[in-house]
Amino acid sequence: MATTQGRWDVPLPTGKSEVSLSAMSFLFSELVQYSQARSARSIVELERRLEDVGYEVGERMLEVLCLREKGRRRETRILGILGFLHTSVWKSLFGKVADALEKGVTEEDDEYMISDNDLVLNRFISVPKEMENSVNCGGSFAAGVVRGVLDAAGFPARVTAHAMPLPGTPAAATVGPGNTVSVPSRVRTTILIKLDRSVLQREARLAA
Amino acid sequence: MSARGASNAPRGSQLPAQEKVSNELFTLTYGAMVRQLLHDFETVEEVNAELDAMGARIGSRLVDDFLANAQGVRCADFKSAADSVARVGFRSLLGVTARVGAWSETSDAGSGPSACSIYFEENPITDFVELPRGLEELSYCNVLCGVIRGALEQIGMHVTVVVVKDMLKGADGNELRLTLKEHAAETYPFKDDD
Repeated sequence: MATTQGRWDVPLPTGKSEVSLSAMSFLFSELVQYSQARSARSIVELERRLEDVGYEVGERMLEVLCLREKGRRRETRILGILGFLHTSVWKSLFGKVADALEKGVTEEDDEYMISDNDLVLNRFISVPKEMENSVNCGGSFAAGVVRGVLDAAGFPARVTAHAMPLPGTPAAATVGPGNTVSVPSRVRTTILIKLDRSVLQREARLAA
Repeated sequence: MSARGASNAPRGSQLPAQEKVSNELFTLTYGAMVRQLLHDFETVEEVNAELDAMGARIGSRLVDDFLANAQGVRCADFKSAADSVARVGFRSLLGVTARVGAWSETSDAGSGPSACSIYFEENPITDFVELPRGLEELSYCNVLCGVIRGALEQIGMHVTVVVVKDMLKGADGNELRLTLKEHAAETYPFKDDD
């Protein structure tokens, strides 16, 4: 094994190189198909599998971005890490900043939401109508990414993905008499983050 | 045949303007998927086979997208098809340059060479990758073999593709060997006209 060049001997990729969206979409499609075949028709299991893959991506992305962009520093405060997710992580993975970062209205102030109106991974995925509200492949993957980043940064949280039809885009268009053709409606993906209690306690200490 | 020089922009005008995504999303997703396969399957051989099969499915769908976008790419015979895969396919889909070479001697009368190699040094799916001990048998790039096989299958060429040299295993470059098994002649549905 002495001949193998170690990862530490080559410079960190700059993150500027790109592949075509087709290549990525087909790869993701294979991932979804494989996960579906392995999950015995259970949507929960399918989503868990996609989340697991996303989790690993998130874990590694935190490391890469901290080394490359943040001068080897990591966020320690809640708003810092959320902003980092919303901006840096989203931009380097999905090519754009997420569309919204909001705070949920709860008593404990522990819920936050990151939303994307056009998640690039979902662009070529059409979900059967009867499952439209229950499965969101790209969303599950993104939720995994978010949980991976948060976990690796020391912010354990419960992360779930939710899909909502984007207002103003028709879900189905009528083409010709009696023929309803489903036009893939744009879906807004919302990643709901519920931070662990320990994170809030630490935050309170840091703020004091 | 165009000259081999000017490899920076081989038939540059034909490269379609494709939408791009970050290579890191691609490479990390692929890596995580391979890890999941390793977890799900018992032997490394099964993982290699699954990666190849996944690649073939990707290739058989990717070829449409590729031919639709890249205008004027010639795939009439094995030689031009292999050339297109390396020069245009790798570039427009993966953003790296690849070369073709080591053509086999022409076998039958006039049918052209039946084997060649594709060489490339930059491999977008192996950023951040290191094969751990115990997984020396894993052919991490098998998915590329599958993609080429699946894509050429759709245009009537049955090829076998194997990884000859793999930079993950310490080689100084990556080499994929393509061997043409059978080139199905195109048949036209003349009877449709009746």
